[in-house]
Amino acid sequence: MDDASLPDGASGRTVAAPTRREVYEAEVRRRSNRIALISTASVVLAIVFLVPLAPGWEAVQRSFFNGRVFAATFPGLLNAFLLNVMIFAWSAPLIAVTGLAIALCRDTRAPALFPLRLFGIAYTDIFRGLPVVLVIYIIGFGVPGLGLPRPWNSPYIWGTLALVLVYSAYVAEVIRSGIDSIHQSQRSAAASLGLSERDTMRFVVLPQAIRNVVPANMNLFIALQKDVALLSFIGPVEVFRQAGVYKSLYANFTPYVGAALIFLVLTIPATRYADYLMNKQNRART
Amino acid sequence: MTAKLSLRGVRKRFGDHEVCKGIDLDVADGEMVCLIGASGSGKSTLLRCMNLLEPIDDGTIWLDGTDISEPGLDPQPVRQQIGIVFQSYNLFPHMTAAENVMLAPRRVYGRSRDVLRPQVERLFSRFGLGDRMDHYPDQLSGGQQQRVAIIRALAMEPQIMLFDEITSALDPELVGEVLDVLRDLRGQGMTMVLATHEMGFARELADKVCFLDAGRILEQGPPDELFSAPREARTKAFLSRVL
Amino acid sequence: MKLIVGGALAVLFTATSVVAQDGGACAKGKTLTDGTLTIATGNPAYYPWVMNDAPESGEGFEAAVAYAIAEKMGFGQDNVTWVRTSFDEAIQPGAKNFDFNMQQYSITPEREEMVDFSLPYYTSAMAVLTTQNVVDAGAEATLDSLKGLKWGAVATTTAIPMLEDVIDPSSDPLLYNDNADVNAAIMAGQIDAALYDLPTALYLSAVVVEGGALLGQFPPEQSESPDQFGLLMEQDNPLKECVDAALTELTESGELAAIEAQWLAEATGVPVIK
Repeated sequence: MDDASLPDGASGRTVAAPTRREVYEAEVRRRSNRIALISTASVVLAIVFLVPLAPGWEAVQRSFFNGRVFAATFPGLLNAFLLNVMIFAWSAPLIAVTGLAIALCRDTRAPALFPLRLFGIAYTDIFRGLPVVLVIYIIGFGVPGLGLPRPWNSPYIWGTLALVLVYSAYVAEVIRSGIDSIHQSQRSAAASLGLSERDTMRFVVLPQAIRNVVPANMNLFIALQKDVALLSFIGPVEVFRQAGVYKSLYANFTPYVGAALIFLVLTIPATRYADYLMNKQNRART
Repeated sequence: MTAKLSLRGVRKRFGDHEVCKGIDLDVADGEMVCLIGASGSGKSTLLRCMNLLEPIDDGTIWLDGTDISEPGLDPQPVRQQIGIVFQSYNLFPHMTAAENVMLAPRRVYGRSRDVLRPQVERLFSRFGLGDRMDHYPDQLSGGQQQRVAIIRALAMEPQIMLFDEITSALDPELVGEVLDVLRDLRGQGMTMVLATHEMGFARELADKVCFLDAGRILEQGPPDELFSAPREARTKAFLSRVL
Repeated sequence: MKLIVGGALAVLFTATSVVAQDGGACAKGKTLTDGTLTIATGNPAYYPWVMNDAPESGEGFEAAVAYAIAEKMGFGQDNVTWVRTSFDEAIQPGAKNFDFNMQQYSITPEREEMVDFSLPYYTSAMAVLTTQNVVDAGAEATLDSLKGLKWGAVATTTAIPMLEDVIDPSSDPLLYNDNADVNAAIMAGQIDAALYDLPTALYLSAVVVEGGALLGQFPPEQSESPDQFGLLMEQDNPLKECVDAALTELTESGELAAIEAQWLAEATGVPVIK
């Protein structure tokens, strides 16, 4: 619509011949690209040539970048990583649902529901205040120690619960910040139409709030993917533990580097995507 | 004549600041009342009090002879009868225009989309938006969004419509299309209260114009009287600034 | 008991001091600090390898062996210092802060690619630690019965390949950071049994694990590659030949067997797994 109202010349000229300004800017761009390339190349070259000159390099290489050990252990690491993926796959939805429920608890206004609100506050304060690994230890060994029969004492169940408890506290806070970010005028508009508070939350506030916090939550889930490894403390042999076993058998740290590579292949694209979403949202807001 | 909506001694304060200092106002069935006055004179707050978006501190509001200002009264049924349109449209950005309009009738009256859709289609084409139903708010111009907001309020079939400076946020060339909608509603006999800066429009269509100053209705009367022969010095001063 | 131990040590020291005269020549200039032998152990060091987490006392099998080796190499009791390391510190590249490290390191060809081991100072049987409840539920010292148990082990030990090769349990084992975590899992009923070297298993079943029981052992002679403990040293450490010479001497003279008999005597009489 708006394009149609532009004078023909305005859009036509850019296609036909570049203006003086465009020629100048293209030149500036080319020059900065060249400089960036040269400086990056020098840094990379410096690392590649200087680091191996360090006296301990050979020993480090043998311990951390050992091709023989890598080849022998990498398939096993990949196999163990499937367990990480599985734990993540069942934890993530539980965390999302619990986080939402806790966020709603904290947002209740009815006086009768005050205990719920108090619970929400205590929950987020406590579980955001504890290191994940402590919660995993305490719940993962503590609850089964009460004498639950198998399979209900499985470290998978209680380790997952520990992850859910900690991460849902963070997700709840993120969702709550999303709820707070929805302008009061949206609630007013909904109220003026006679919508109940419940419907206002469900149809007007939450859909917008959750959309706003998708990037922030993605960062949390990337962190979760890494913290799944902490479940190994209570028994499950996921990739980090498997790498530890190989490390011990080969007296070599290369399996850790292999595990790190596996994590990076997954987390870097996810991080880039979250950043992209975040930037897109920031642009839309301005 | 019994008033459709009647205010007596309405007071509203925000903290230490009293915004409405005892407002008396009657709106008859089918009447169009315009509230004029400087920014901060209390026009918007008064409108928000009328459909209970803001609880009043003192005074009484009657709707069809029923006291709706009773503390503790459920405001929802009242809001279904008194619709309001805001300066900043306040459409729900995550829903299409049609979904914006259908949400409240679906949830409050329990009507299905299938039943609502034809009615909503009629409203959209009546206000020149027949081809914009499935657009999202950010794909619409300000004037179009404001018309959707009006349709959204109308879809609840209210008996009274409140308009809170609904053209103030619009580019000048878009004001006309929104005022046309009000003209249309006026022709249908809708009871309306407007807070507005459009003096020409108030003069042309209002049954009654009220001049608010510092939380009080300083002067009210038919537009011809108030605009051509204001009695109060402050009314004169205000009109000389805006006309 | 203490007195006897002290006496035994004193006898040991006097007996070996004669040999020590020429032993000192071998180690000269090869230790971290001249004139001092720096020995690393675990943090904490466990019974019965080191008593009361105090290796300086010379009490416990490894502590006693350490002092015996030191003596043979020409270092008196006062010329031995102890440091503590984890497994990871022991294998990390770069300078080491010990001359040799002694905490039940099993000698394997894979590890020998990265570090040096002395000749073995102990050949361990592997043993099955479990609880009385599991035994009552019908677990027996047969491979068939063991296959069906839920297994656990410490992740940094050579028990893991043994578990997979010899027992091959029907469900994946759970692995833990250290003995304490394995015990927690046993007591919580998350695992039925754990594989340890025999002396450790004996100690855990008797003292640490409530209702603990020792189901049986895999004696070293039954295994194709028995679990042999060696002193861990930095690769190409020139001290290795001196340490090996001292160990050979101790083995041939029967002193090593005497120390073993003194500290690890209980290890006999545990049923053998069929």
